[in-house]
Amino acid sequence: MSVLDSKVPKGPLKDKWTDYKNHIDLVNPANKRNIDVIIVGTGLAGGSAAATLAELGYNVKAFCYQDSPRRAHSIAAQGGINAAKNYQGDGDSIYRLFYDTVKGGDYRSREANVYRLAEVSANIIDQCVAQGVPFARDYGGQLDNRSFGGVLVSRTFYAKGQTGQQLLLGAYSAMNRQIARGKIQMFNRHEMLDVVKVNGKARGIIARNLVTGEIERHSAHAVVIASGGYGNVYFLSTNAMGSNATAAWKIHKKGAFFANPCYTQIHPTCIPRSGDYQSKLTLMSESLRNDGRIWVPKKMEDVLAIREGKLKPTQIAEEDRDYYLERRYPAFGNLVPRDVASRAAKERCDAGYGVNATGEAVYLDFKSAIERYGNEQAKLHGLNNPSKEKITELGEGIVRAKYGNLFQMYEKIVDQDPYKTPMMIYPATHYTMGGVWVDYNLMTTVEGLYCIGEANFSDHGANRLGASALMQGLADGYFVLPYTIGDYLSNEIRTGAIPTDTPEFEEAEKAVTDQINFFINNKGSHSVDYFHKKLGKIMWDKCGMSRNAAGLKEAMSEIKAVREEFYKEVNVPGSANEMNPELEKAGRVADFLELGELFAKDALMREESCGGHFREESVELDGEQKGEAKRNDAEFAYVSAWEYKGEPADAVLHKEQLEFKDIELKQRSYK
Amino acid sequence: MNLTLKIWRQKGPQDKGKMVDYKVTEISEHMSFLEMMDVLNEQLINQGEEPVAFDHDCREGICGMCSMYINGEAHGPDRGVTTCQLHMRMFKDGDTITIEPFRAKAFPVIKDLVVDRSSFDRIQHAGGFISVNTSGNTQDANAILIDKHAADEAMDAATCIGCGACVASCKNSSAMLFVGAKVSQYALLPQGRVEATDRVQNMVAQMDLEGFGNCTNTGACEVECPKGISLENIARMNREFFSAKIKG
Repeated sequence: MSVLDSKVPKGPLKDKWTDYKNHIDLVNPANKRNIDVIIVGTGLAGGSAAATLAELGYNVKAFCYQDSPRRAHSIAAQGGINAAKNYQGDGDSIYRLFYDTVKGGDYRSREANVYRLAEVSANIIDQCVAQGVPFARDYGGQLDNRSFGGVLVSRTFYAKGQTGQQLLLGAYSAMNRQIARGKIQMFNRHEMLDVVKVNGKARGIIARNLVTGEIERHSAHAVVIASGGYGNVYFLSTNAMGSNATAAWKIHKKGAFFANPCYTQIHPTCIPRSGDYQSKLTLMSESLRNDGRIWVPKKMEDVLAIREGKLKPTQIAEEDRDYYLERRYPAFGNLVPRDVASRAAKERCDAGYGVNATGEAVYLDFKSAIERYGNEQAKLHGLNNPSKEKITELGEGIVRAKYGNLFQMYEKIVDQDPYKTPMMIYPATHYTMGGVWVDYNLMTTVEGLYCIGEANFSDHGANRLGASALMQGLADGYFVLPYTIGDYLSNEIRTGAIPTDTPEFEEAEKAVTDQINFFINNKGSHSVDYFHKKLGKIMWDKCGMSRNAAGLKEAMSEIKAVREEFYKEVNVPGSANEMNPELEKAGRVADFLELGELFAKDALMREESCGGHFREESVELDGEQKGEAKRNDAEFAYVSAWEYKGEPADAVLHKEQLEFKDIELKQRSYK
Repeated sequence: MNLTLKIWRQKGPQDKGKMVDYKVTEISEHMSFLEMMDVLNEQLINQGEEPVAFDHDCREGICGMCSMYINGEAHGPDRGVTTCQLHMRMFKDGDTITIEPFRAKAFPVIKDLVVDRSSFDRIQHAGGFISVNTSGNTQDANAILIDKHAADEAMDAATCIGCGACVASCKNSSAMLFVGAKVSQYALLPQGRVEATDRVQNMVAQMDLEGFGNCTNTGACEVECPKGISLENIARMNREFFSAKIKG
């Protein structure tokens, strides 16, 4: 018997959440005033949870490392948010969203959680509209939708290419209302550096004030981690520079199991890297695949001519272009899920067809879309025999309205006009499906310690579909956690305020201070970034888009070696009692250096290919699916949840067997 | 390319601060401005000096964390970009670049190029929201029909990233573009109309309390705004404010 209890309610799938809500214990409003909740992170999940819990009457203390909760990295999400509204009448339903998400996740997510997510999705849109989120609308005044990868319906709501920004500002506005009422105490420029457990329960955190360097103790009856994903373990990713795994990793070290670390999403449409100085990668929204067609030249001589600057992509004739996604996956074409699209790009580039100097780029071309929209507009405007230029002009207008800010962003970075020449894109680390293990209540294996949003592992299995991260963050924060945490807190009404002058707080604070002093006094020979880049290279080369046993074993030992060197040689300038960005980075990289090794260990253990995790040893050898990823349901249909035992290599595996009662497990086919 | 950087260094809020010269070499034109700053900092760390503190996070122009006053302009010489999106191709070999923090009474310096913009948050606390609970018991999203043009205009206003370039560019250190954008977003939408009268008065009162100056229609804010927020939003806020005052 596993120590993991997912606590999924009994009963039919579609009734579980309703029944659950009808039978949980509630906290009366007067008692809520005596209960404190700490929330770490103020993105979509943390921000929405903070606002909702404060509205319910709890005293919320929210923490973010940025100078304002509005800057959390959810803000950078571009394309949209899914919801089973079926406004387009194209056959969408809760079941279909649930099904698409489980299938898209390659059958490695927990059915009951995903169904609940699909169930509350429609509510999110209602909520956001009520808050004044300016979603795109059609001329009748109704909400507009677009389509995303891995699905055959249009269920994605959007606000230009800035959907994450608008949803986060919505959650931020809800927070502001509660901050004004005094129900949320906001701690900007604060970083959580450890969780404090008292008698096995999470009772507070140790945080560093990033302006003064002061170490602070904060207590609460429950602690919620909403600190996002660990994509920056690769050094280069589409995450913000400050995005980190420290909160999640520190709770792992205090008893929270870490699940499926090897499930990472490498997003297919990012701007290719241009040099060694590069500090981060920029995403071009997946929504572009609605209208953009992905290709590389068919002929090697064209590839070489392009690289030498002798040929422009626009000069290559239609018949000499290889629209490889349309060729390989006729049913879904350019809208295959992200993992499939990324691997297909890598396959072409590995075969030598990459179109820039580094050989790591493919084209994303809007020419057909501009023509199509142009012709449509010409008809709408009643133009007979419009000139080619007029059609292009009209078509560009529509493309500009849909993706204008993305095109502008591309042009600023690459210095090329994507209306006139195809964009160059290449996959980059974007999202992490793995994370802290949680049960149906979103509670970790530590009592009173919750984890929501990207930081947990629960809903996306081995691959996340586009526009589902925003959905999950807000579902967790607005509509799931506020119920489930109440059930736990109903037992805390007699606890009273938690003191911070106890040995447990003392000890946790000492450990944090010791680590900080170590960094400041180490005076080694290399900067923090030097080690972070080293780690990133190992991760990308050996734990990237395709992985094999030999490489993963090497990765484990190499990461360990970098970690040892880091502790010997890291150089952190400045002092502990001031604003010190290098010190902040040192703590984060120290945790990435442990997480990376567990990542490789998890990837090595999972001898199958599923979703974002592709093992070269596990591919289909023949038939229509030849060369595609091969899952192994008989042996690996489980969640791997790792228990911390000191060194990452010594982590102990616990398995949560996944049961699929409402969905038949099949090989994903997007052909 | 090789560059000379003149950078504002200030140990802490109480420190007097001064401009310090640095040299960087072999800067690629494809680098972003902040990547050039990374190169400088790596150099300083390796020389045993303290790196320059500056705010930054998403590095794709949306979080609003980065600031910097570069050669006398908020976010530097390019238009429609934040500092993190500014590329070195805007400069040439041998240039001297002056880098200062955003300067305004309501944005006190914390360290080097880092300023405290929490005054913006406090203005939002005063009214930057619609008073609806997050219970989810709202009406269906399509029950509120919104004119596409109004929705688009609200979206344009809502694009503000709260970076503070408008304040830094204004000779009066006015925050009216920032406040006007938020007031406009809600004033343009039926959901926001309900409390429009109180909202504009409360937000303007807080803005004044924070020590921001008034608008004298110079328009520098609109020019320097990385998101192209239009001056129309200030006009709309003024209209909203006057009609709120008349209503009382």
